[in-house]
Amino acid sequence: MAPAAATASEARAGVRHWAAHPRSGGTLVLAAVIALAPLVLANNYSYEVAIQVALNAIVCVGLNLLIGYAGQISLGHAGFFALGGYGSAILASRYGVPVWLSIPLACAAVALLALVIGRPTLRLKGHTLAMATLGLGIIVSIVLTTEDKITGGPDGMAVPPLALFGWIVQGERVWYWLAGGMLLLAVWLALNLIESPSGRALRALHGSEVAAETLGIPSARYKLQVFVLSAVFTAVAGALTAHYAGFITPAKSSFMHSVELVIMVVFGGMASVFGAVVGAAVLTILPQFLTVLKDYEMMVFGAVLVGTMSFFPQGIVPSVGRWWARRQP
Amino acid sequence: MSAAPLLRVTGLSKAFGGVQAIQDLTMHIQRGAVHSIIGPNGAGKTSLINMLSGVYRPNAGSIRLDGRELSGQPVHRFAAAGIGRTFQNLQIFFNMTALENVMTGRHLRERCSLLSALLHTRALVRAEAACRETARALLRQVGLAGSEDVPADALPYGALKRLEIARAMGAQPQLLLLDEPAAGLNATEAREIDGLIKRLAGDGTTVVLVEHNMRLVMEVSDHVFVLDHGRKLAEGTPAEVGGDPRVIEAYLGIEEAAHA
Repeated sequence: MAPAAATASEARAGVRHWAAHPRSGGTLVLAAVIALAPLVLANNYSYEVAIQVALNAIVCVGLNLLIGYAGQISLGHAGFFALGGYGSAILASRYGVPVWLSIPLACAAVALLALVIGRPTLRLKGHTLAMATLGLGIIVSIVLTTEDKITGGPDGMAVPPLALFGWIVQGERVWYWLAGGMLLLAVWLALNLIESPSGRALRALHGSEVAAETLGIPSARYKLQVFVLSAVFTAVAGALTAHYAGFITPAKSSFMHSVELVIMVVFGGMASVFGAVVGAAVLTILPQFLTVLKDYEMMVFGAVLVGTMSFFPQGIVPSVGRWWARRQP
Repeated sequence: MSAAPLLRVTGLSKAFGGVQAIQDLTMHIQRGAVHSIIGPNGAGKTSLINMLSGVYRPNAGSIRLDGRELSGQPVHRFAAAGIGRTFQNLQIFFNMTALENVMTGRHLRERCSLLSALLHTRALVRAEAACRETARALLRQVGLAGSEDVPADALPYGALKRLEIARAMGAQPQLLLLDEPAAGLNATEAREIDGLIKRLAGDGTTVVLVEHNMRLVMEVSDHVFVLDHGRKLAEGTPAEVGGDPRVIEAYLGIEEAAHA
């Protein structure tokens, strides 16, 4: 083969490799989906759903790092979600902090809280984190409901709009691009992490904790790191959700919301960043279609969950990925 | 072997409930040599390896590597101090490829902050490329060239045994503990392990080997410790230990020894 042809075929192989790689190819596909989705988004309502999908997906990408990679379950991420929202709302409306600053401040506070909860519990083996976060979620929910002077109590509170340098972010279309952009950022960060020594350390913990330790990987520190990171992803999404909706209620911190988030991750596929996105998308959109079934809505929703998990126990994306890999020569 | 030993174990004891797995054990591991620990089943060999790697906490005694006390510290500190190991029952990362397993073994040799990982900095990309090359070289050393991108759960048993050695070598340990590296292997595969251990020792790694395969032990060891019921029964060169009547008795039982 002539050298030029060899170089060309190498280049083609390089492009193929690049496109087949999740960090480059997958991100590109996601970007294309986000860019092209407006072609099928007919009205404000469908934009609303799409924004919800993107914001839920940010939470799931973060939570997936914890569940799928570090092998730890949190049953209180709704607490972090609500604290991100309430924190930013309270700072902005009660203390006059500009919203571009109140969001990072609220997220930093959530990171600190996650650190305080995670540090003692992640040293222990087993599902101590699930128990601790379950408790945390319930406490957050009670505090948000009862401290009505600050939080507005069970009725919730109004949240000022997001303003960036004097420009007020409003309208479904603008929010769509903001939420989509944030989701892309979240996915990019998560994929970067997984493909780094830290990411390998996390996957190693999931593969064999004792072997990881004997290679010098301090398991408690890595679990804590990823727990705090997932809490921050969740708080960012929570704050954006609150500023987008203009309103927030304690329901955002409920135990059911925490469980929903875990279901999205497991449904889409653990240890798969795009699985988390797909899980969030399917389980956010599906109930919108099922409303026509009225009384049978929850029954059908449950049947879909059970059916999917029976046929795709690994979750949708890893199962489809495996099927695809088997088809390749 | 006049230099100070690499590892000094003194008065080491470990009990599980009423069972004394290791009793008041003292042993010295010399730099650069291959040491074997042998003994009948239940003699405490694996318990000893687990203590030397920090996986078990001893009830008493001290473990000093290069004069530094490690006993009571968490496992990852043993690794950071320079002790690597493999497992009798494989502890492979089955959720990774062969190459990624070995790259994970390089963890102690990589520097990576959370921020540089999240942002995928140029320095990190360069370090990763270097790490990948080192890991490839290690796979070649153990005879697994060509299996780099094979998921670990698709590799045969013999390959996994060698993959674990390559992964442990990734950390460039001063002391490598091999827990039955030849168990479950056929004669040809066992001989490959044999050559591999000699090469590791030749490159300056101190090796401690727990093994049932006597041919392998006699072939590669400079020094042999014999354990029985958690105590050191004898130690010496393979020839000395092989001729020791107490060792024969422990292995073959009193009657057999009487017949002999």
